[in-house]
Amino acid sequence: MNLSLSILEFAVIGAGLAILLADLWTPVPQKRNLGYAAAAAVGLIFLASMLMQAAAPAYAFEKMYVLDGLALFFKRFFLFAAVIVLVMSVEFADRIEAGIAEYYALIMFALAGMMFAASANDFILVFVSLELITVTFYVLTSFQRGRLHSLEAGVKYLILGALASAFLVYGIALVFGVANTTNFGELMGSARVASARPVFLLGLLLVLVGLGFKIAAFPFQIWAPDVYQGSPAPTTAFLAVGSKAAGFILLLRVLFSAVPEITVNWTKLLMVIAGMTILYGNLCAIPQRNLKRLLGYSSIAHAGYMLLGVAAMNSAGSSAILYYLGAYLFTVLAAFTVICVVMRGVEGDDISAVAGLHQRSPLLAASLSLAMVSLAGIPPLAGFFGKFLLLKAVVEKGATQPGCYWLIAVAILGVVISLYYYLGVVRAIYWSKGSAELSDIKVSWPIQVSLYACIAAMFYLGLFPDRLVNIAMEAVKALKL
Amino acid sequence: MTLALIVLLPFLAAAGLAFLPRTDDTAPRTVAAGTTFVVLLLAVRMFWQFDTGQAGYQFVVIIPGLGADALGIQCRLGVDGINAGLLLMGAIVAFAAVGVTRDIVRRQKEFFLLFLVMTGGILGAFASLDLFYFYFFHELALVPTFIMIGVWGRGEERNYATFKITLYLSLGALIALIGLIALYLQMPPDQRTFDIPAMTQYFAEHRMESGAQQAIFPALMFGFGILVSLWPFHTWAPLGYGSAPTATAMLHAGVLKKFGLYGLIRIAVPLMPEGAKQWLEVLALLCLGNILYCGLVAMRQKDLNLLIGNSSVAHMGFVFLGIASLNLVGVTGAVVIMIAHGLLAALSFALSGYLFHTAQTLEIARMGGFLKRLPFIGTALTMAMLAGCGLPGFANFVGEALVFFGAWKTYPAITGLACWGALLIGAVYMLRAVRSILHGPLAEHWNQIQDVPHAWAKLPFAVLIFTLLLFGFFPRLLTEKIRPSAEVVVQLANREGDIRTRGGQGTIAAAAGSISKSQNRRLSVPPHPGPLPGGEGQGENSRSESRASRPRTGAPVSDPAQTPVSKESRRIGDRRSEVHGQGERTIQTSRRVNTAGEAAPRQ
Repeated sequence: MNLSLSILEFAVIGAGLAILLADLWTPVPQKRNLGYAAAAAVGLIFLASMLMQAAAPAYAFEKMYVLDGLALFFKRFFLFAAVIVLVMSVEFADRIEAGIAEYYALIMFALAGMMFAASANDFILVFVSLELITVTFYVLTSFQRGRLHSLEAGVKYLILGALASAFLVYGIALVFGVANTTNFGELMGSARVASARPVFLLGLLLVLVGLGFKIAAFPFQIWAPDVYQGSPAPTTAFLAVGSKAAGFILLLRVLFSAVPEITVNWTKLLMVIAGMTILYGNLCAIPQRNLKRLLGYSSIAHAGYMLLGVAAMNSAGSSAILYYLGAYLFTVLAAFTVICVVMRGVEGDDISAVAGLHQRSPLLAASLSLAMVSLAGIPPLAGFFGKFLLLKAVVEKGATQPGCYWLIAVAILGVVISLYYYLGVVRAIYWSKGSAELSDIKVSWPIQVSLYACIAAMFYLGLFPDRLVNIAMEAVKALKL
Repeated sequence: MTLALIVLLPFLAAAGLAFLPRTDDTAPRTVAAGTTFVVLLLAVRMFWQFDTGQAGYQFVVIIPGLGADALGIQCRLGVDGINAGLLLMGAIVAFAAVGVTRDIVRRQKEFFLLFLVMTGGILGAFASLDLFYFYFFHELALVPTFIMIGVWGRGEERNYATFKITLYLSLGALIALIGLIALYLQMPPDQRTFDIPAMTQYFAEHRMESGAQQAIFPALMFGFGILVSLWPFHTWAPLGYGSAPTATAMLHAGVLKKFGLYGLIRIAVPLMPEGAKQWLEVLALLCLGNILYCGLVAMRQKDLNLLIGNSSVAHMGFVFLGIASLNLVGVTGAVVIMIAHGLLAALSFALSGYLFHTAQTLEIARMGGFLKRLPFIGTALTMAMLAGCGLPGFANFVGEALVFFGAWKTYPAITGLACWGALLIGAVYMLRAVRSILHGPLAEHWNQIQDVPHAWAKLPFAVLIFTLLLFGFFPRLLTEKIRPSAEVVVQLANREGDIRTRGGQGTIAAAAGSISKSQNRRLSVPPHPGPLPGGEGQGENSRSESRASRPRTGAPVSDPAQTPVSKESRRIGDRRSEVHGQGERTIQTSRRVNTAGEAAPRQ
């Protein structure tokens, strides 16, 4: 038992509790500034995580918990995302009637859940960490109690989330029933024997359903647009980045470190899911007028692109997912930060609200445009290199699996469709008419800093991808590919 | 260093512009003009110092930091005979384009920022020796084009036009990207690299599977074809150019569009000879669609911009035909047309932009008698139109003549039709436009139109016309640079039989070697003490090499002595000693060319 391995998680939980306690003694006008304290604390933990090394995997809690390169990569990822989301929440604070300190604390607890998920090496920890994430998000999505949309989002997330959790638990139970273990390491040994039993496969499929819900993969994507649209902007951002990445790390762990022998037979299934997810997300995004809803559909499409990396079943594909997530992190956070600032007092988050943004605030306009261009996958931004790596992995797979060429055609089609709606946003920013509001927008300095950081990161990852590529390739060595 | 500056300066200037205040109305234009002027000077210098007569890459430079070593991606720039002229042309067009931006009056900072990004992207795409950056730089120009047409474009349809051009081009680019990735994956994992010379070398020594060639070549051909407006994927071009602001149309139609052609010549044809054999016949047929169909469409246009747009699509057909001919004369001609057409398209769009600026319309029927009021613009327009018909004296003639010579043996029927299209259809619409715009009575309400006010404003037009005439009268400035590099391309493209039967692998490996070795020159090659090798023998060598490189036709396609290319080849050796300041490199290169020549198969 080695508690020191999970020191980062405990630090995050401790900081969250400290924020809750501090709330008791903080005067009401000062409460929103607790968010900066929370961001600073998480930022410090992020810096501390940079000092950690994970050359060889280390285990804790009866091998339920593993700390390896992959886990560390995702922990840093979640920590960075949380810092920006907390800064956003401070900006958003005046739109939340009460309990802003709880909002910060809940974000930190969700963060802890994600960090545990990154280290999950046992189905029990998978379930516990996922529940920690999901339950906090039930609250976070419906935090604007006064708005019907927010409540609707909360209820939808609760019902469908509970359903997905039920599938997950049922699946885990079936797996345990056959294999007599929930530990990934032991499962790998017994999978060959167990895989002959259809019940075992059924259990794994149900686990896949639960994880598919988290990453919003077709056909478990129904909740995403509604919840994205209704939730407060910081929640949506954290959902889009953190929750999705948590789903992917778990998916990678389950598929490639618990049951790699069975996964190989599922190539076609994963390919179909990836292709359908890409098509569904992109096609449905075309007619959207609500910016957050548009990003909801686009997040489905991006889940599809990342599933390409899973379906490729090679280390190039998995490391491409990691790279893509890194690029996606900065891009989506930039987009939601802008939305958070611009959509103040705008009902419906309509795209027309960003019309004329280039006059109101060049920084916000540039950030949102760059985010859209990066999501569309155009150089020199991060998104391009991510897509490039994913496509490369699938083309590589095409040598042994000719069906991949269809998948590539679908992916290309998806990218072209996505250009249409992403550039529609750019168009709204730069030359659409019909915005009544043309006053300048004041941007507070923490928001400015986080926007500049995101822009710099998008350019850095697009122009100098070498470092992250190496890190990602190193990290996926933890998987049995 | 020159090359790195040519590519990076526009980006640095654009980054600098980002920090200027938005209200400043003169600075952005000055910055853009200054930057493109410096780039132009550098490009001229590079073109001048280019060591004529050698096949390898020169001015090779690696931009440190960019790229991913883990995947074999490195931002390496370099020029050979094929892209040296293209880079010069791009720099000239960019400089001229800044000169005709008087229609840009609002949001100048944004416009020139995007303009500089686009310029840098175009020049970078042509200068890249790395497959990844070759694609990367091209895609960089996509979004600037989108925003420029949307914000500063003209006409009711610009929204539709800008989405159409962007989506169409990305589709083409993505298809090509898949082809490029597939090409990369054809190499064994430990040797994978995106370095174009290294890939050429590898595939010269190791034959790529036929199946792979048959699959990858069409991906590249149609992907690049869409970017070049290959019929029937051309509909984005006239519409997009008609809606774009003048400077954007000049850069796009003149320079950016040549990217796909350059990709075909540089990558698709030399790397996949068997695929090329099969698919270039299709290309030759499709190019008739460009030449005849789009020519006929151009005849029916009522709007000058659409006419120019369609004629520029039609001209691309000649380049396709030149590439499809797969022989030295044809490929050289194709490259010459790429350069000539770039200048011509830029000139035409600059002129139509000026006409729109002063007359507020481009409807041909409404204009007439403009020559009386616009002597300078009118003369320039006449010259541009005549150049478009292929009048001797302009560079276009040289290229088209070479292409027809080259393609005659392989595709006599298609060449006949193409000649007809070039001479007849082209002449009809060009001359008709000249007649109805410039001649005839001048209507009353046109009295207010103004000719170009002062000498400075004439400069962009003058530069473009001057270059067209210069290359038209002295084509050897281009052809003798292109020839050795085109020779390597043609040799690699025709190697199919060599590798398996006659053991001619040495030749090809040597030819490709002359490409890839040159990249390491700066780092590793020691200075060579000996005298220059004889000049005359050099010319002979390359001649025999070019004869040997035409197994497709059996005999020399057209007597080399009759084409401007080979007349000049004898002078190569003489000129070599004139190159300044590059003594070491020159010697090394000429030795390499020698080796390549000596290793040529002796029948």
